[in-house]
Amino acid sequence: MADKETRLATAPGRTPTNLTQGGQTKAGIGESTLRPDGTLKVTGEFAYSSDMWHEDMLWGYTLRSTTAHAEIRSIDTSEALATSGVYAVLTYDDLPTEVKNYGLEIQDTPVLAHGKVRHHGEPVALVAADHPETARRAAAKIKIDYAELPVVTDEASATAEGAPLVHENRTDHHIGHVPHPNIVHRQPIIRGNAAEAAKKADVIVSGEYVFGMQDQAFLGPESGLAVPGEDGGVDLYVATQWLHSDLRQIAPVLGLPPEKVRMTLSGVGGAFGGREDLSMQIHACLLALRTGKPVKIVYNRFESFFGHVHRHPARLWYEHGATKDGKLTHLKCRIVLDGGAYASASPAVVGNASSLAVGPYVVDDVDIEAIALYSNNPPCGAMRGFGAVQACFAYEAQMDKVAKKLGMDPVEFRQLNAMEQGTIMPTGQPVDSPAPVAELLRRVKAMPLPPEQQWLTAGAGADVRALPGGLSNTTHGEGVVRGIGYAVGIKNVGFSEGFDDYSTARVRMEVVGGVPVATVHTAMAEVGQGGVTVHAQIARTELGVQQVTIQPADTRVGSAGSTSASRQTYVTGGAVKNTCEHVREQVLDIGRRKFGTYHPAWATAELLLEGGKVVTDGGEVLANLADVLEDEAVDLELEWRHRPTEPFDLHTGQGNGHVQYSFAAHRAVVEVDTELGLVKVIELACAQDVGKALNPLSVVGQIQGGTTQGLGVAVMEEIIVDPKTAKVRNPSFTDYLIPTILDTPTIPVDVLELADEHAPYGLRGIGEAPTLSSTPAVLAAIRNATGLELTKTPVRPEHLTGT
Amino acid sequence: MRVTFTVNGRQQEADDVWEGESLLYVLRERMGLPGSKNACEQGECGSCTVRLDGVPVCSCLVAAGQVEGRDVVTVEGLADFAKQRAENGGCASGACGTSIDQAQRWQARPADSHAGEGTELAPIQQAFIDAGAVQCGFCTPGLLVAADELLERNDSPSDADIREALSGNLCRCTGYEKILDAVRLAAARGESRTAGQGA
Repeated sequence: MADKETRLATAPGRTPTNLTQGGQTKAGIGESTLRPDGTLKVTGEFAYSSDMWHEDMLWGYTLRSTTAHAEIRSIDTSEALATSGVYAVLTYDDLPTEVKNYGLEIQDTPVLAHGKVRHHGEPVALVAADHPETARRAAAKIKIDYAELPVVTDEASATAEGAPLVHENRTDHHIGHVPHPNIVHRQPIIRGNAAEAAKKADVIVSGEYVFGMQDQAFLGPESGLAVPGEDGGVDLYVATQWLHSDLRQIAPVLGLPPEKVRMTLSGVGGAFGGREDLSMQIHACLLALRTGKPVKIVYNRFESFFGHVHRHPARLWYEHGATKDGKLTHLKCRIVLDGGAYASASPAVVGNASSLAVGPYVVDDVDIEAIALYSNNPPCGAMRGFGAVQACFAYEAQMDKVAKKLGMDPVEFRQLNAMEQGTIMPTGQPVDSPAPVAELLRRVKAMPLPPEQQWLTAGAGADVRALPGGLSNTTHGEGVVRGIGYAVGIKNVGFSEGFDDYSTARVRMEVVGGVPVATVHTAMAEVGQGGVTVHAQIARTELGVQQVTIQPADTRVGSAGSTSASRQTYVTGGAVKNTCEHVREQVLDIGRRKFGTYHPAWATAELLLEGGKVVTDGGEVLANLADVLEDEAVDLELEWRHRPTEPFDLHTGQGNGHVQYSFAAHRAVVEVDTELGLVKVIELACAQDVGKALNPLSVVGQIQGGTTQGLGVAVMEEIIVDPKTAKVRNPSFTDYLIPTILDTPTIPVDVLELADEHAPYGLRGIGEAPTLSSTPAVLAAIRNATGLELTKTPVRPEHLTGT
Repeated sequence: MRVTFTVNGRQQEADDVWEGESLLYVLRERMGLPGSKNACEQGECGSCTVRLDGVPVCSCLVAAGQVEGRDVVTVEGLADFAKQRAENGGCASGACGTSIDQAQRWQARPADSHAGEGTELAPIQQAFIDAGAVQCGFCTPGLLVAADELLERNDSPSDADIREALSGNLCRCTGYEKILDAVRLAAARGESRTAGQGA
């Protein structure tokens, strides 16, 4: 095994660890089992990607463009290369093969800029040096002669007559159906006849909404360690969401066969979609292969804002009609997503935004169009909620507006139009599992409200900490008004539109020290969501063992697909369950072979593995697993697929495009200081259907986390891009604000479990739905408090004070 | 330059430290103590929080030269720090904090294994695991150091006290609710233990 020896010879100082856990009394599915990586994480021992270390290691640094759109006339690296402590300086000319671009779907993203730069912060050159500061200073000595080009920054400038083309020579498969080369993808959804149905409406309500550019702002920066192998290959330890997708993009650029790029997941400090695209992976490998030394790259926070794609900012035009008894008649809408300079996940985001544009409501006649632009703004791609978030912000504002015009209660209006099991989506796809939209709204409305004016303290005036503005002491309660708002959303689970969305799991069962143990090996990226906990729970449930070891995720096992789209518990969880079932059958076959003659139940009864024993479904113990297996091991690696989906028709949007839907509803309670325009969110209650809570503690944690990201975009989060220069103005945690513990209210959660019979254990993906509805709920509450229309995220003080 | 200081009870020397290096860099890259995290390196997120002579600071904002002769406690030393505080009756009343003298006399002990099995945890560390306050865990070390210092000063903090004490620590995963749960849990366990000893 030369491969294995190479691996051992090059292993860095801090490698991902096998996570072994046993002995917890609550350990199967449905229990709030604790994280197997918890102890490592609270003691500081858990090896995140930025913690990797290797003897004789160099530091890589990326030089990025200071302008958004320019021709590169020349690059002079001589002074940088002559700097003491510098080992390599690489530009486009140093790329080793003809493959110089990468991309998730469209290979339009240069590894290093060639010919021109298309957005602010695009990577242009790389430096490897013996100290990170040496690398940074050397990079500053690289001279680049830019010839500035005009920028396109919105739909008007991108599609105007004679507009500069972001990509001059597109060859991707979308070019045939888009109306302009600066449009990445277009998806209409046409069903019924919206124009005709509009004639039946007693009221028609329209609005234009603007959703700002949100950042994933995961805390662990993009980072990793590339170690050159003795066989000419490379070992890469990195934080990512999908090892095999990275590998597919990395290997061709390096000119290496995939088996010579050995990837291991290092600790991931959050992801939220921002690690679906490559960042430093190829750069670190190039520097390691060039220098023959291990190279570590760690972005600082400033660089991180340029190092990953963001959530698509969007403009949305919506028109709804309704009869006077409150039934929606039709929907016309147009959604323009700004994809920035490179395609990333834009085509799939367009598919989601269009197919979910109607929300969780019954509307038979729709005329929907969604497009994503190419522009010189920062590239946008995946982020939690993925196209459904922007649409939810708009359709929920519309629901309140229609209800108001009809004089109806906004929750009752939504319930009257709520979809349910059996509803046909605008894509023609029937909703064939529980869709408890009205029930979630009922539940979230039924939760007790927080007391009014909690900032009033008995006899001692106001506790300013509980008021808008907090310890800034801007108000003592005068001018503070309360508002309440509701919203509900629908999100697809898993990859849609015909994607072969499979996962692979390897499970080994054997006896170690007289105790039956299971080992689970997948390539699933644990990014904090708790997949490693759930996999151990599934193995315990299916195999009846207490002790389960989770091996580090790497490319020595088949692909697990992406840790995104709320899919991993469903798909890789499903793969672990499926493989365990096959392992169980083989274990039982061994048992039948050895002990079948001793008891007829071996042949006739339904057999289970429980508590380290083979038992009948009647509870009779037939054998100890240790006696069945002895020194035999059962070891299987199997792929698992959920039911297939199909692409949407490019003209009508019809097609069974989605695997499963997930639903969440929110009620927001806010207090607004109307004099200064400051908002304090008092409470954000959530009700969500999770199908089956495999780990209730983790489920609630995911819902609260998703809710908070939605709160952030409602009141503070936005990457601000200068509309004239397309430069980013706030790439830091000083200027890009994410909610602190003082900004985040109590988040009571009501979990509903209505099984989806198509999914493993009946579960439903959960991670994204809570991010959809929390934003419009907060906006609705602020509107309720102030009477203002508020059509943009985030709401800023000037929107509330009219200044 | 050479910097000599105490980390988790052990005397440490770092040579060839560049004048601009932060305490965070020295801990992570020279001492092999990567527990203090590098999320923003601008003093905005709190994930690099350590105790410097007992005071919680963002180690990314402390120049390495500033720690000459001083005492640093990182998350790696938190369990022993809390244990010795308890053994020394350092803070039974919850109001006394840790003196520099106490901090300098304190000695770290090695953990049993790399995987953390058999590791003795500080009450706040155990509470973070039990309450589900750890997801990706990148913010966790800084939060633990800050929360442990809060509980040292105030053994039964109100929610407002907890929010104020942890307002300098960003978390992107949890929504903070379970972090509040964890601090409440650690405080409650501390109270019950004190009550048990008193009975």
